[in-house]
Amino acid sequence: MTPDKLLVTLLGAALIIGVAWFFWFKRVPGVRAGIVSDGYQEAMILVKGGYTPDTIRVAAGRPVRLLFRREETAACSERVVLPDFGKSAELPTGTVVPIEFMPGEPGEHEFTCQMGMLRGRIVVEAA
Amino acid sequence: MTDDNAILLAASQTYDAHRRVASSAASEDHQAEYRALMRKWWFGAAVGVPTMILSYPWIFPVLRDLFPRGSQQLWALWALMGVASLAVIAYSGNQFFTGAWEALKHRSANMHTLIAIGTGTAWVYSTVALLFPWLFPAAEMTDVYYDVTVVVTALVVLGMALEAKARGRTSEAIEKLIGLQPKTARVVRHGQELEIPIDEVVGGDTVVVRPGAKVPVDGVIVEGSSALDESMITGESMPVTKGPGDEVIGATLNTTGAFRFRATRVGEETALATIIRMVGDAQASKVPIQRIVDRVSGYFTPAVVILAIAGFVIWYDFGPTPAFAYATIVAVTTLIIACPCALGMATPLALTTGVGLGATHGILIRSGDALQAAKKLDTIVLDKTGTITLGRPAVTDLIPAEGFDEAGLLAFAAGAERDSEHPLAAAVVEGAAERGLAPPAPDAFEAEPGHGVRATVGGRRVLVGKRVFLEAAGIEAEPLAETAARLADEGKTPVFVGIDGRAAGLLAIADPVKPDSREAIGALRKLGLSVVMITGDNRRTALAIARQVGIDRVLAEVLPQDKAHEVRKLQLEGRTVGMVGDGINDAPALAQADVGFAIGTGTDVAIEASDVTLISGSLRGVVAAVRISRATMRNVYQNLFGAFIYNGLGLPVALGVLYPFIGLLLSPILAAAAMSFSSVTVVGNANRLKRFRLQEAPA
Repeated sequence: MTPDKLLVTLLGAALIIGVAWFFWFKRVPGVRAGIVSDGYQEAMILVKGGYTPDTIRVAAGRPVRLLFRREETAACSERVVLPDFGKSAELPTGTVVPIEFMPGEPGEHEFTCQMGMLRGRIVVEAA
Repeated sequence: MTDDNAILLAASQTYDAHRRVASSAASEDHQAEYRALMRKWWFGAAVGVPTMILSYPWIFPVLRDLFPRGSQQLWALWALMGVASLAVIAYSGNQFFTGAWEALKHRSANMHTLIAIGTGTAWVYSTVALLFPWLFPAAEMTDVYYDVTVVVTALVVLGMALEAKARGRTSEAIEKLIGLQPKTARVVRHGQELEIPIDEVVGGDTVVVRPGAKVPVDGVIVEGSSALDESMITGESMPVTKGPGDEVIGATLNTTGAFRFRATRVGEETALATIIRMVGDAQASKVPIQRIVDRVSGYFTPAVVILAIAGFVIWYDFGPTPAFAYATIVAVTTLIIACPCALGMATPLALTTGVGLGATHGILIRSGDALQAAKKLDTIVLDKTGTITLGRPAVTDLIPAEGFDEAGLLAFAAGAERDSEHPLAAAVVEGAAERGLAPPAPDAFEAEPGHGVRATVGGRRVLVGKRVFLEAAGIEAEPLAETAARLADEGKTPVFVGIDGRAAGLLAIADPVKPDSREAIGALRKLGLSVVMITGDNRRTALAIARQVGIDRVLAEVLPQDKAHEVRKLQLEGRTVGMVGDGINDAPALAQADVGFAIGTGTDVAIEASDVTLISGSLRGVVAAVRISRATMRNVYQNLFGAFIYNGLGLPVALGVLYPFIGLLLSPILAAAAMSFSSVTVVGNANRLKRFRLQEAPA
């Protein structure tokens, strides 16, 4: 194997490992939803190429209100779905859309765009 | 209700109002996005055509002479193309780069990532080759690929535009429903008839509906009568005649009569609002199979990037010369041909279309789970009363004995029964009223529970009840016995009438079978479903009804609380059971079944136990619901199959697995065309569902 080929092979392997690590081995602590005056746990989520923040930590047994604000026109993100809570909503660009639910047992729940391309997590923690 | 629930309820009501606005805004979003993408496409195409031609000037005789290989002119031309293609990236393709960057910030990848890396790599490679040709070992490696950047961008943008347009169409159903809502209502306030915006109508208002006008909100008729076209809500094409005391549904169309009604449900409580809410939720829910797809697509995009890198390395190490150029092209083609969109759109689009199709026919499918379950059904359990039959006992036969006529028989029986509280008595009184008879009031009335009533009507002694009841009074009822037995065999309840000590005749009371039950049950069987009837009635009546409608398995004398248990028993036989019932008495059985169909609930659509709500009372709705779910799931599988096959075949070909055998290597431009085509195909296939014909005989 010529030196250039060896170099390309090694670089390629390193890049592959890098890609796999970057996309698949992430663990984010997430943002804890704050408690607002009407007793809800509330968090604002920006929808733009993804959900920011994409991990929301909430306490079990207290209603949650997620406020989605979409700031892009790409059709991908026009709907957000919380399958485990049976909730979903259209997100018109530039409008804040609330989604409310009651987190039950501690655990993890996904929220995604309708096509499952954008993903976020709701981590329900013991109160 | 706990405090928390109260908060949630109040909040969800404000939110629902908001959501209706959101839905129409979304449709405008689609339009705007389509127009923006089309502008981007035209710019890309305008630059793309000359770029394609001028990238290979040696193919064309005139250009070959003007721009010979290695000449200054060609270098200048290519430099110009480099700038033009940068403009295409910046204008037509900017969403790929911003989208990829936004996703990258979340440590995720999507279609934008793939297209951005693909087109970006082609542009960077070309520009480096143009500016620093000495970096490359061979002259033939310094050809430019600006055409790839431009044409791929243009084609993918075109695909996205077509997709945006078609996606707008899949959500048409809900917009159609929203469009049904009239804008104003005529109400009577302080004795005056006023036209007011629909939002200002409150419960208790008296609403005036003129001929040809829409019913603005839900309510109960207090005055007047008319035939109403309710097809937009119930799917029933025949107008329904309604009068005082009858319910009217908002958004239905009044035909020729005029009437006034008292508003009972307004705003977000109306049947239409509930339907819109249910359909929206169902469309956004997930078909169970989607959860598996989601898991796959989560890994898909980074996996494609990894494949592209691996392809590059393999082609660089083992491919033909110029290895670097080949390796780059293979990597770019691989990134571009992969279509995570087709995978992601496969089920949501079909679900949206299928649920919408149901809604426009008065069939509300609660969720993707219900839809997938309905497709798997092999047994349908039908509740008898109110489902197969009308649920309202009526006088079906009048058999007067010699010396009596039908009208007299019924009039005296109705007079005697007028003060009785027995359910069958109501049928007799109603039967008389329907035939325009005005029975005289009884002078003396005496009920003997379980046997019959005794009364004096118009000076005559009338007995209505069982045969033994008449015989105990010394009336010879034997001549009527044979007819009575025949009626009982037909599933009817014979009632003996005696007048002034003589047997005056028989009334038969039955809960009539709905006119289209037999046909619908036949259609269910043709769909390959076994049909079972369940009822609390006695076996004889049950069997008679079953015979009439063509059912051969009957579960009779089942107590209401045991219906769920019977459904469970059928499930233990290994059957996937759909239960059809009225949603109130049958709620536990509906919940136990794999799919619960609540039928004929009219405007009261908020039934938690059911997976499918059929607004009209017709059993044909069950047939339609099963057919819609089968068609939708077939569409889902077609789309998924298509998306998997496309990616499963496209990726290896793009990587060049066919090259060693038949020398085939895909061009990135072809890959872009294939990619756009595949996502447009998925959308197109989902839209095809809308043309699904419900009335067609099942194949």
